[in-house]
Amino acid sequence: MLQGRQTWIFESKPVIIGNAAVGGPFESNCALADDFDMFTEDLWLGQDSYEKAERKLLEHACEIAIKKAGIKKEDVQFFFSGDLINQIISSSFAARTLGIPYLGIYGACSSSMEGLALASLLVDTKFAKNALAATSSHNAACEKQYRYPTEYGAQKPPTAQWTVTGAGAAIVAQEGEGPRVVCATIGRVVDMGLSDPFNMGAAMAPAAVDTITAHVRDLNIDLSYYDVIATGDLGRVGHDLAVELLKKHGINFPEEKFTDCGMIIYKDEQSVFSGGSGCGCAAVTTYGHFINKMKKGELKKILVVATGALLSPMSYQQKESIPCVAHAVSIEM
Amino acid sequence: MSNKKKKKLTPTQQEYQQLAKSKEPKRPIIKNTVKAFLVGGFICTIGQVIKMVFMNYFGFTEETASNPTVAVLIFTSALITSLGFYDHIAQWAGAGTAVPVTGFANTVTSAALEHRTEGFVLGVGGNMFKIAGPVIVFGVFSAFVVAIIKLTIEALGGM
Amino acid sequence: MQSIIWAFLIGGLICAIGQVLMDGFKLTPAHTMCIFVVLGAILGGLGLYEPLVKFAGAGASVPISSFGYSLVRGALSEAENTGIVGVLTGIFEVTSAGISSAIIFGFMSSLIFRPKG
Repeated sequence: MLQGRQTWIFESKPVIIGNAAVGGPFESNCALADDFDMFTEDLWLGQDSYEKAERKLLEHACEIAIKKAGIKKEDVQFFFSGDLINQIISSSFAARTLGIPYLGIYGACSSSMEGLALASLLVDTKFAKNALAATSSHNAACEKQYRYPTEYGAQKPPTAQWTVTGAGAAIVAQEGEGPRVVCATIGRVVDMGLSDPFNMGAAMAPAAVDTITAHVRDLNIDLSYYDVIATGDLGRVGHDLAVELLKKHGINFPEEKFTDCGMIIYKDEQSVFSGGSGCGCAAVTTYGHFINKMKKGELKKILVVATGALLSPMSYQQKESIPCVAHAVSIEM
Repeated sequence: MSNKKKKKLTPTQQEYQQLAKSKEPKRPIIKNTVKAFLVGGFICTIGQVIKMVFMNYFGFTEETASNPTVAVLIFTSALITSLGFYDHIAQWAGAGTAVPVTGFANTVTSAALEHRTEGFVLGVGGNMFKIAGPVIVFGVFSAFVVAIIKLTIEALGGM
Repeated sequence: MQSIIWAFLIGGLICAIGQVLMDGFKLTPAHTMCIFVVLGAILGGLGLYEPLVKFAGAGASVPISSFGYSLVRGALSEAENTGIVGVLTGIFEVTSAGISSAIIFGFMSSLIFRPKG
């Protein structure tokens, strides 16, 4: 059901019956390592390119989520997936392996919540009994495509972020046990004219605030309703800006409950500049850490606002600024 | 030249950009410059020692010793890049590793390593000069312009 | 001994200038290297780079600016011998060691090694 301008309320509250978070070797030492289902030994996963490794990562996440849901691959009806590699080949080729009817999506690092929102929409409207939403990112593949070769000696500034090598997947169904997806606010593209690809947190913060504002307005609620409000990958720099912007716009929010997946995923001693980023960041944090905490009863209501920077290497070279988008999904136990 | 179409920023955008700038962690420019000075100086010192070795033991002159010196530095840089720790040194040293010719070798080697997965012809061959290409293009073109200007001035009786 | 000290100081100074360009003016490494190469060419044309090399040795011949200087030197010396066409034919004469070794060792590395990520 549509509520307000851009929020969907899922009246039947689709259940997340299976969730998985998979990470790479660097992530095996991260702050949220206990909430991962699996870590790979290296960045290659036995494949001969980073891009092929990323699709294997995504396949692992999907297979683990399906297994944990207690269903078979053939029982999954639809597959939403997106990633950062050109033409989202990680998702498309993983879909080839899984053989599930596939809808490729692209929201950059907001793909996780975009997928979850769409999967829940299908299930709530009874257009599917269940749907799988997944996304992935791979540090080396991302650096190779968006920035520089991985062995290149370019000095990264303190505003840069570290792309998570990880994949997250969740299966949403009409019936079952687990946290429930309550509603989703679809974001619109916001561009404040920033163009530094080494400071995406600052570019994405306005989009996160825009979506949060729309969410509050459409539902007419106060953000203190939630136990945790987590943006996807604003990092320390973007998070500070989002806090300022929310205050400026007069949005009441409990500052101690407002956090960011990119800030909490890594330990302080892991040198990740401003924090984690990538599609995998919000995905592994939500489908691993947050959902686990909900199942243990430590969290009851969360709002995940995944943020994406919609630039490409080409747009940057053509001196374009960075348009961003953020999608919010509310999950309750 | 570059497209100078400056997009008009709305007041909201301008205000936000100022806020973003004020919250941006400042780059430690003094610390970085000192580190660059030390590492860059060190690499050049190594180069000087190598040059002296070539001059004293291999019979090169002051003029001709530069070539094998540069070759040795490039080989070393390619090796360190291949072993995977050039980027870690460079994160610390910044321009100290990027400005000497070792930086040039690092751009070529890192691109070659990275794109091997796309094959040797299109991958390695086609991408090797991804970052180094501009240096060669602008080097050659500016040398051409400078040489023509100098020769023209000399021909006109100046200089 | 003195030559080593000057190599360190001048080489370090050139790199320090590069760092200011990268951090202060927010230029990418590629842009910074291009600026140095072009400056090297201009200073070479003005006859200012050669005394710097004589004075600082590797401190001036190791930074990428010497690449621009060598290109100009090649062009001018060939033009002296064969006329204006020498500008085209002589450009790479002096720098071939740098570019050849970069290509050869870069390619060989891709044969033997894999990136570490």
